[in-house]
Amino acid sequence: MNFELTKEQEMTRKMVRDFAENVIQPRAIDLDVKAEFPEDIFKEMGKLGLLGIPFPEEYGGVGGDTITYALAVEEIGRVCGGTGLSYAAAVSLGSSPIYYFGTEDQKQEYLVPLAKGEGLASFGLTEPNAGSDAGGTQTRAKLEGDEYVINGEKSWITNAGYARSITVTAVSGKREDGKNIISAFIVPADTPGLTINSNYDKMGVRASNTCEIILEDVRVPKENILGDPEKGFGQFLYTLDGGRISIAALAVGIAQASLDRALAYAKERKQFGKTISNFQAIQFKLADMAMEVELARNMVMKAAWLKDQGKPFTKESAYAKLFASETAFRSANQAIQIHGGYGYMREYEVERYLRDAKLLEIGEGTSEIQRLVIARQLGC
Amino acid sequence: MNIYVLLKRTFDTEEKIAINDGRIDEEGAEFIINPYDEYAVEEAINLRDEHGGEVTVVTIGEEESEKQLRTALAMGADKAVLINTEDDLEDGDQFTTVKILEAFFEGKEADIILAGNVAIDEASGQVGPRLAERLDIPYVTTITSISVDGETVQIERDVEGDVEKVETSLPLLVTCQQGLNEPRYPSLPGIMKAKKKPLEELELDDLDLDEGDVEAKTKTVDIFLPPEKEAGKVLEGEIDDQVKELVSLLRNEAKVL
Ligand SMILES: Cc1cc2nc3c(=O)[nH]c(=O)nc-3n(C[C@H](O)[C@H](O)[C@H](O)COP(=O)(O)OP(=O)(O)OC[C@H]3O[C@@H](n4cnc5c(N)ncnc54)[C@H](O)[C@@H]3O)c2cc1C
Ligand SMILES: Cc1cc2nc3c(=O)[nH]c(=O)nc-3n(C[C@H](O)[C@H](O)[C@H](O)COP(=O)(O)OP(=O)(O)OC[C@H]3O[C@@H](n4cnc5c(N)ncnc54)[C@H](O)[C@@H]3O)c2cc1C
Repeated sequence: MNFELTKEQEMTRKMVRDFAENVIQPRAIDLDVKAEFPEDIFKEMGKLGLLGIPFPEEYGGVGGDTITYALAVEEIGRVCGGTGLSYAAAVSLGSSPIYYFGTEDQKQEYLVPLAKGEGLASFGLTEPNAGSDAGGTQTRAKLEGDEYVINGEKSWITNAGYARSITVTAVSGKREDGKNIISAFIVPADTPGLTINSNYDKMGVRASNTCEIILEDVRVPKENILGDPEKGFGQFLYTLDGGRISIAALAVGIAQASLDRALAYAKERKQFGKTISNFQAIQFKLADMAMEVELARNMVMKAAWLKDQGKPFTKESAYAKLFASETAFRSANQAIQIHGGYGYMREYEVERYLRDAKLLEIGEGTSEIQRLVIARQLGC
Repeated sequence: MNIYVLLKRTFDTEEKIAINDGRIDEEGAEFIINPYDEYAVEEAINLRDEHGGEVTVVTIGEEESEKQLRTALAMGADKAVLINTEDDLEDGDQFTTVKILEAFFEGKEADIILAGNVAIDEASGQVGPRLAERLDIPYVTTITSISVDGETVQIERDVEGDVEKVETSLPLLVTCQQGLNEPRYPSLPGIMKAKKKPLEELELDDLDLDEGDVEAKTKTVDIFLPPEKEAGKVLEGEIDDQVKELVSLLRNEAKVL
């Protein structure tokens, strides 16, 4: 057992924290108010290598591990949930499936620029009528000669408005037992027939770009199928297992920020002649927050470590995502409570933490779905 | 160019610092590269990129200082040297530091040595100039701009808010002031590469020094916090009357006139 980070991991955390505090934090309120995606910040993050952490150098990455990546997500999430979500989605959902399942050609063409931070990619799984039940995909892909023709609709796809390519899932045939075969396809964002709208007015993670995608007779070469044509479903389940670690890390960031703000405020704010940190009612809240943040972080680190060791991590990443996202929501809620009326004001930021944290209980598998995943792992 | 940077590990004054018995509690403190030394690292990398050569960062410290050296390597320095005095020295002062550095630089043929203007912990601002004296090379403090052309060096330095232009020559020691540059963040590829860069560890022995040679010349007698600031006084009324009152207060109450 060793709970110590490596020097590289610590240096990365320090660098990302400095970058987040100096570059992102001053703009966080404004990005939220205007629901503006900070494209320039992503360019800078790309230059620093943040978008290539868990990918090897031969694919333009930096050869870091999942732990390092999770630390980076936490630090970005600590100052801006929206930027954090777009960062986590870019790496875990946009780039990772191409790294896990792509052919050498696909990696060279699509992964290298992503890992170098020269572009972003999206992952289009969710549809208007297929959310938690992602297997219920209605998008269809038909092979015509050397091309697949794709028709369908995708909802709430992160970063699609700024993406170079979008990996979409679609039904490509039927198995002998009558079940749908789901495959994944890499669709360059400029392919004719692809319409990307970002008209959603979101509750939180407003700095993150979220899009609706319509595919009308979108033609991609046969080679753009990602990985095993028959195993698209299993592939995206694996992708989501990895993505959950990053959503959990993001949640830890928001929970930590909630604690930091609440603690600092409680030590300053005086009522009844004392700072409110003297009141046991406030102390107990802070104690619970501190404990839960630490427990959530430990679970994230363990899930990331398991992934890095090549061991199974499905159950642990579900624990991490479920516990951390619910911790983030509770912590943000208590941070507002401790701030009293000030906490209800945008300027104090804790109300944004709550709005941002809520998404983490929904995206990449709702809390209910995490419990289903865990129960299934228990053999139910 | 043979470029050296003097770097110190200090606590982060922007993070919480606890004081116990007049001493800073190291347990809870965060440690960083002395911010002025970060300017030195950045400038050294820029000079190397422009003129070629090698950047070596040197620190006198303990095992823990490796972190700050690795960070400088991640920013782009080529080599690092840790002069580890953990086992040999209890306390040292600026004399100690300069004596060790003097021994280290013997035979090194440095073209330029960059240091911070001050270290934010003890803020003596002495190490740079004293080392230059010992090495018998020119030095310029608090620089905000530097350009090297052959042996000639053009420098701008901050003199209490004004700019002084200085022309000097290599070899040279400079101390870096805020405004010189914007230190880069160590990039992820930089952090990964830093792992493989050479980091040499030396002890006093390796420099042919023993404890007696470097014994501090000063003693810390007492450490105390500055007195709490008292509320100021705002004068009111006609300007003429205010001036009269001010003069009388300075004479009779503050007794500075
Ligand atoms: C900001 C944002 C960004 C997103 N980014 C992406 C993206 O990049 N790519 C992508 O593909 N998708 C993305 N999504 C979609 C997200 O993954 C889905 O919203 C999520 O999976 C839930 O699906 P749904 O919204 O259709 O809800 P539904 O599946 O309709 O769920 C509604 C409710 O029913 C519950 N429920 C459903 N099934 C069960 C069950 N079997 N047992 C118990 N309860 C159940 C759910 O837990 C939930 O509470 C994003 C969503 C948002 C809001
Ligand atoms: C939208 C809005 C509308 C409002 N409208 C009005 C209005 O019309 N008129 C009006 O007069 N006010 C109004 N208020 C003010 C509101 O009543 C106060 O915000 C509220 O009473 C809390 O006071 P506070 O914000 O100063 O928080 P604080 O009193 O500073 O409380 C901060 C935290 O400390 C806790 N705390 C404080 N003392 C103790 C203690 N002894 N023991 C344990 N915990 C303690 C609190 O419960 C809270 O969690 C409004 C506020 C808002 C946000």
